[in-house]
Amino acid sequence: MTGIVEYIKDVFGALKSLWTGMKVTGYYFVHPKEIVTEQYPENRETLKMFDRFKGELTMPHNEKNEHKCTSCGICEMNCPNGSIEVISKFETIDGKKKKMLDTYIYHLEMCTFCDLCVKTCPSSAIEFAQTFEHAVWDRSELTKKLNKQDSVCSKDIKE
Amino acid sequence: MIEAITGIKDSEQEYFINMGPQHPSTHGVLRLVVNLEGEIVKSLVPHCGYIHRGIEKMCEKDTYQQVIHLTDRLDYLSAHINNEAVCLLVENALEVEVSDRIKYIRTIMAELNRIASHQLWWAAFGMDMGALTTFFYGLRDREYILNIFEQTTGGRLLQSYNRPGGLMNDIHPDFVKKIKEFIVHFRKKLPEYDELLTGNVIFHNRTRNIGTLTRENAINYGVTGPSGRASNFACDVRKKYPYSAYDKVDFKEILFTEGDSLARYQVRVAEMWESMKILEQLVDGIPEGPFMMKMKPVIKLPVGEYYQRVEAARGEFGVYVISTGEKNPYRVKFRSPGLANLSTLNHLSPNVKIADLVAIMGSLDLVIPDIDR
Amino acid sequence: MNIISQVTDSAPKYIIYDFGILTSRIHEWLSSMMNTTWTSVVEMVLIGVVFLSFYALVGLILVYAERKVCAFIQCRLGPMRVGPWGIFQTIADFIKLLMKELLITRNADKFLFNVAPFIVIIASFLAIGTIPFAKGIQALDFNVGVLYLMSVSSLGVLGILLAGWASNNKYSLIGAMRSGAQIVSYELSVGLALMVVVIFAGSMQFSEIVQSQATGWWIWKGHIPVIIAFVIFMIASTAETNRGPFDLAEAESELTAGFHTEYSGIKFAFFFLAEYMNMFIIASIAATVFFGGWMPLHFGNFAAFNHAMDYIPPFVWFFSKTMFVIFLMMWFKWTFPRLRIDQLLTLEWKYLLPINLVNVVLAAFIVLMGWYLI
Repeated sequence: MTGIVEYIKDVFGALKSLWTGMKVTGYYFVHPKEIVTEQYPENRETLKMFDRFKGELTMPHNEKNEHKCTSCGICEMNCPNGSIEVISKFETIDGKKKKMLDTYIYHLEMCTFCDLCVKTCPSSAIEFAQTFEHAVWDRSELTKKLNKQDSVCSKDIKE
Repeated sequence: MIEAITGIKDSEQEYFINMGPQHPSTHGVLRLVVNLEGEIVKSLVPHCGYIHRGIEKMCEKDTYQQVIHLTDRLDYLSAHINNEAVCLLVENALEVEVSDRIKYIRTIMAELNRIASHQLWWAAFGMDMGALTTFFYGLRDREYILNIFEQTTGGRLLQSYNRPGGLMNDIHPDFVKKIKEFIVHFRKKLPEYDELLTGNVIFHNRTRNIGTLTRENAINYGVTGPSGRASNFACDVRKKYPYSAYDKVDFKEILFTEGDSLARYQVRVAEMWESMKILEQLVDGIPEGPFMMKMKPVIKLPVGEYYQRVEAARGEFGVYVISTGEKNPYRVKFRSPGLANLSTLNHLSPNVKIADLVAIMGSLDLVIPDIDR
Repeated sequence: MNIISQVTDSAPKYIIYDFGILTSRIHEWLSSMMNTTWTSVVEMVLIGVVFLSFYALVGLILVYAERKVCAFIQCRLGPMRVGPWGIFQTIADFIKLLMKELLITRNADKFLFNVAPFIVIIASFLAIGTIPFAKGIQALDFNVGVLYLMSVSSLGVLGILLAGWASNNKYSLIGAMRSGAQIVSYELSVGLALMVVVIFAGSMQFSEIVQSQATGWWIWKGHIPVIIAFVIFMIASTAETNRGPFDLAEAESELTAGFHTEYSGIKFAFFFLAEYMNMFIIASIAATVFFGGWMPLHFGNFAAFNHAMDYIPPFVWFFSKTMFVIFLMMWFKWTFPRLRIDQLLTLEWKYLLPINLVNVVLAAFIVLMGWYLI
């Protein structure tokens, strides 16, 4: 007899546990405000990344087309996987030979966004931008030149 | 007929299936060669190495700061905790005492990471069991933590937030507020996890007494973390060898005696509650102080051998470094919890059904890049 | 001429919408133009065309409904891109599936591999004929309708078994074996659960089962035994359609996709469509047998209320009841974890079958004593 009681208890306990689960899913079905979907391409305007989001490395230029890079190469040294190549040139300003930035090459395809380059840069010349749509048709487009055409280092001008 | 052709008796024929490297429930590229008899698994051979990237070797060419971005990519679900291991090792070797602020933030981050990892595990475990809805609930709640990470560290999955001697950035002004919001939210949502899976009769029958690991075997195989604690093996590094701010907080080490898949499940769900308790104790009292200690730009460890262990989301994560006094390590070895946990699969799997094999793998919470490195 | 039903009973006054009049008019019109043989041929073709298009339409709607229901359960929006609220999504998917390459594994049994999806789809197509959509709209009205439906709906498993066997894939074979074991056991429960209502209604003919609910649906009139039978029917029929927590034959986390792992393109679409059609058939049977089919909501002798309900067309009643049952099945599916094969068989042989047998005896006793709720 106890066996039958146990059996019936089993059946009702099982049904009850199933009903508890169904209550949860049922709750979400009738509460559409719990939906968390973000419709991505439509919400481009309102979608804003956090300030510290590491999208891609950029070199800010001011309105006079000046950047802060002194071509010291510390970022290149600190980069764990060679995503940064700093190519410098030597120019003579006021009779002094000076090391200047020629091309700052950044390989987005190799970057692991570890933030070491930005943190170690002594002159805060580079920073991460909050862009995130990096898809391109050709891999070579991911290799970027960060300093703009004919730009100069702002420190060189002052001296 | 086959007997006539091959000379192998019908009873001796073996039915092999390759589970993986592409299989929905191996969570990555683990390959299991399973010998079946009908539905029942007779024996099993795991084949690792499909995602071997040689991270230990790569560490040898990197400086100690650069190692951080590689440890991120071992067990990507507890990236922050892995980073912490390397940082603690370097700081201990150089005998640098970091400020309390760093310790507190590191502990908070590690616990957030643990919760996020367990949430993803819960989501995926439900999916392995066939309850697809759990996946979305787990990931929905994980999103809160990822947003906290992103706001402070700039990374969602791989934060690279620790560095030897401190942290990359100071915490974001909203950090404390957001964590409090998360705790309020998650305290409401976590009981739903229990209602959906823990109490469910189908789930119970699928996991109870499946893949039972005794305490002796857990110790013999070196199973740590929640999987070990489900077998009553008190192996919590946070309790045994407190690091960072774990000696300042009060929390329970969750221990279960059953050692089956259900116990491993329950340990993890209980750990989410405990982690939230730790967060609540720490989040209000983050002391003032520097977020980065004064370190030399080029770190050179004194000659010697160093080992540092931390409690990652899946078990004890250890870093072993031999230094010859150079700026990069001579040899690095990671003790990853996943490999030890995987090694029990051979012991647990005979005479279970295929569906049970999936349950066992899910409850061991394997992350394949952690195993292959 | 029993292809089109001609239920010419004394037509109780509460039946407003009688489609039997329409169908018999068509029949008369056709017979006035040609002889009897040709009339039945033309009628068969007509019915076939109507049901085929209905079949495709219901398939498309159900796939969309399932995606939306599961999305809302999972805090998502579901398909939103193709058309407003993504209503053309399934059509887009269908076009995609049509254009995909049909692959066959090497060493597969080509004939059986190709014929398996058709068996599955024919089985579900045969079953749809017995369903009474409204008074007079029913292709086949046998006096053994329930029995016919049972036998036809179990043919589908043959296709699944063949698909798994012919694919020459180890996962598929395991899936097919599981499916075989599953259907053989759950047929019993489905049959016995329907038998309870057959005892109450006193007939196996679907039109008469519907007629017998003119004074109240069986789930209300037959109280305890019918409610138990309904629960068992829902569980067992979900298992029979390889859905929900019983999708062991597919079991994507264990067997990748089970019996249809190797199918692609339109052949996969056939399996997919058949699954949804089976769901529709099961739901409409449940609606017919337990919830009165197209019969409006009637309570005993409340004439005014009953008459008001009669103005709602029978289609609305039928489809709203069917949709309710379908929603119930989707709700199960997206909530529960999957069972293991031995637990599945335990559930049937140790729980459902004994309860069912006791239930049948209980139903017979209640009918004997006349303890109806009216």
